[in-house]
Amino acid sequence: MIRGRTLIGFRGSLPGALSLAFLLTIIGGALIAILSAAGSTHLISIFRDPYLQKVVLFTLWQASLSTLLSVGFAVPVARALARRSHFRGRAFLVHLLGLPVVMPVIVAVFGLIAVYGKNGLLGSLILNLSNGVALPLYGLGGILLAHVFFNLPLAIRILLPAWQAIPEESWKLAGSLGISGGSLFRFIEWPAVSQHLPGICLIVFLLCFTSFAVVLTLGGGPASTTIEVAIYQSLRYDFEPAQAAVLALIQLALCTLVAIVLLKWINVLTPSSGRRIDSRHRPDLARAGGRFLDAALILAAGSFLFVPVLAVLLQGIRGPIIEVISQKVLWEATLRSLLIAFGATATAGCLAIGLALSARLFRFSLKMPRTSNFWILIGSLSLAIPPMIIGTGLFIVLLRADAVDRGTLIVISAVNALMVLPYLLRSIAPPLMQFGHQHHRLCAQLGLAGWQRFRLVDWPVIRRPVAFALGLGAALSFGDMGVAALLDTQGATTLPVLLFHQMGAYRFDEAAVTALLLTTISLTLFWLIDRLVGR
Amino acid sequence: MFLEIDDLELQLNAWRLRVSLTLGQGECLALIGPSGAGKSTLLSLIAGFEEPRRGSIQINGRAIDHLDPASRPVTIMFQENNLFNHLSLYDNVALGCHPGLKLNASHKVRIEQAMVATELTQIASRLPAEVSGGERQRAALARCLVQQRPLLLLDEPFANLDPRLRHEMHSLVDDLRKANGLTVVIVTHLPDEISRIAERTVFIHDGRVLEHGPTAELLARPRTAELIHYLKFTPQP
Repeated sequence: MIRGRTLIGFRGSLPGALSLAFLLTIIGGALIAILSAAGSTHLISIFRDPYLQKVVLFTLWQASLSTLLSVGFAVPVARALARRSHFRGRAFLVHLLGLPVVMPVIVAVFGLIAVYGKNGLLGSLILNLSNGVALPLYGLGGILLAHVFFNLPLAIRILLPAWQAIPEESWKLAGSLGISGGSLFRFIEWPAVSQHLPGICLIVFLLCFTSFAVVLTLGGGPASTTIEVAIYQSLRYDFEPAQAAVLALIQLALCTLVAIVLLKWINVLTPSSGRRIDSRHRPDLARAGGRFLDAALILAAGSFLFVPVLAVLLQGIRGPIIEVISQKVLWEATLRSLLIAFGATATAGCLAIGLALSARLFRFSLKMPRTSNFWILIGSLSLAIPPMIIGTGLFIVLLRADAVDRGTLIVISAVNALMVLPYLLRSIAPPLMQFGHQHHRLCAQLGLAGWQRFRLVDWPVIRRPVAFALGLGAALSFGDMGVAALLDTQGATTLPVLLFHQMGAYRFDEAAVTALLLTTISLTLFWLIDRLVGR
Repeated sequence: MFLEIDDLELQLNAWRLRVSLTLGQGECLALIGPSGAGKSTLLSLIAGFEEPRRGSIQINGRAIDHLDPASRPVTIMFQENNLFNHLSLYDNVALGCHPGLKLNASHKVRIEQAMVATELTQIASRLPAEVSGGERQRAALARCLVQQRPLLLLDEPFANLDPRLRHEMHSLVDDLRKANGLTVVIVTHLPDEISRIAERTVFIHDGRVLEHGPTAELLARPRTAELIHYLKFTPQP
């Protein structure tokens, strides 16, 4: 029996071990390259550099403010959505909250510029009304605006289950006791919501802390530079790999710290459709003030989120479509982005399935829950080690191997695979674990194992979540600009980077069409993969 | 003896199960006792889902301790999750013949016979969600039959059925046992109800066998205070 367990353990570790080997090669290789590049640098002198100090402080400052604003607005908006659970169009609205997650960052930035820029819909209106004072879109203001645009819907979707978890009886009890208004929030809602807040704040902080494309496009100069942008500048403009490596180490240390704290709350962070909330028994539904406030909040949040999306759509349609789509460079970039997306998604899918299968075997067959958690934790490594850090390390490797031209697409693909791996793993592991919990004894009894078990039993169960996660992963990878910008060379420009170039050259008409194409392909990829694999 | 369990011991934190018992070929043994006594754990040990600290299990004189669950001459039905919901009843039954569903002619004959015996032929293509609880358990029983293993373990598989269906299922098990020469060990909280099919009964309390004997005698004349107390609060059929 012991020999049998050892054999099962060895075989069961194999899919996870292969995934681990891949992760260790990529991440380990990148970190070794960074450490060796930073090795000769005098760390103290770099820490004393006033510019770098400023960069670190600004990174922390913008991430803190972004978190405060995103979560601060998310609580009342989520409450309004939870309180008004039955209005027409609510399901559609909640569904659309997922759009900024799939939308390429650079496209969203284009949308924000199209609305709040000097020539934008709102920006020009404010410029006229305020006698020439423009909205401060470039700098801290723009960064905060974009970060709230991305993280407000995410925070709302994570917060909604808090209201979903409040039992119906609590509302009935509150009604019979005459509790309403502030007391209702204080005694019933806040205890449910507050336990989610630390986790949400940490994840939003981490996302804003490692935000790259937003700061690069809306930062507006050295005064508003974050660590990731400083790494980019060190590598792309200053050609100082040593400085980039030290910055990467600082970023890594801070991210690891946040990720370690985040681990405690990660299990409660499950974005929800929020469609199952039933607020019929709330005692504060009929109040006119509350109705007005909720309507205003939902309308304001809805407009804030969807007007930029509409702006992308409208400007794209009105742009020089024929002229742009007849450019060879556009289709070359599209093809590259597609190759990267497919490569990254397929890789991440295999890694996630391998890790999840090993985790399940260790939990149920070998009854080793700690080892099981280890496999899941490994897949979440990129939360602690941002893709830009890994990209920096691999960029240094490519520089040293004089292979920047040849290896770029593979490196971008590999880094993007690590970027989407946590999303995939969090989609695949729970159904696999739950199914394992229900049927592991039956499978053992029937001798269902390995490929047979995966084909007959596991795949039909995980196909839908895998398809959704792969679709999301492909869309995210297709629209990602982080590492692609870092490794941008002649012949390796991706579609998001092309859009960035067009915006940087103030060719906004062309950029509008590219942004529309980028969004359309991202959403189509998501839809197609979800449809083809999942049904 | 067909089944010989000798000084089998399992330690789970502070709780310990320690059992010795024997069972003849073709017999039906009922395991009764309060929740947490160790009845299901004993079945898990026989089926190979748990690893004993010591002791041995022999079937027909052959030790099975070193075998994995799929290789033991044992088949088991659980209280729930006996079927895969995305597979038809037919495929669920067929998994008992081949874990990859690669069926040959003799497999198909065997499946057909089991479907007929459990009266599932008409609904073989349906999914578990499309049939009743009793039909689902009949499909699980059919799969146990096609596995052609001499020892059938039943871990309260009919507990969620209504009394009439439960009665029917017990009769079906009894008929199939006699027709196929199966030896059956059944965990139950309703000793009176299965007294007509289980020749012998074992009363387990806190991981130990407190009483063991012919069912009618054991239920009519309990010797230990624990069994008297248990029977006093056992629901009547």
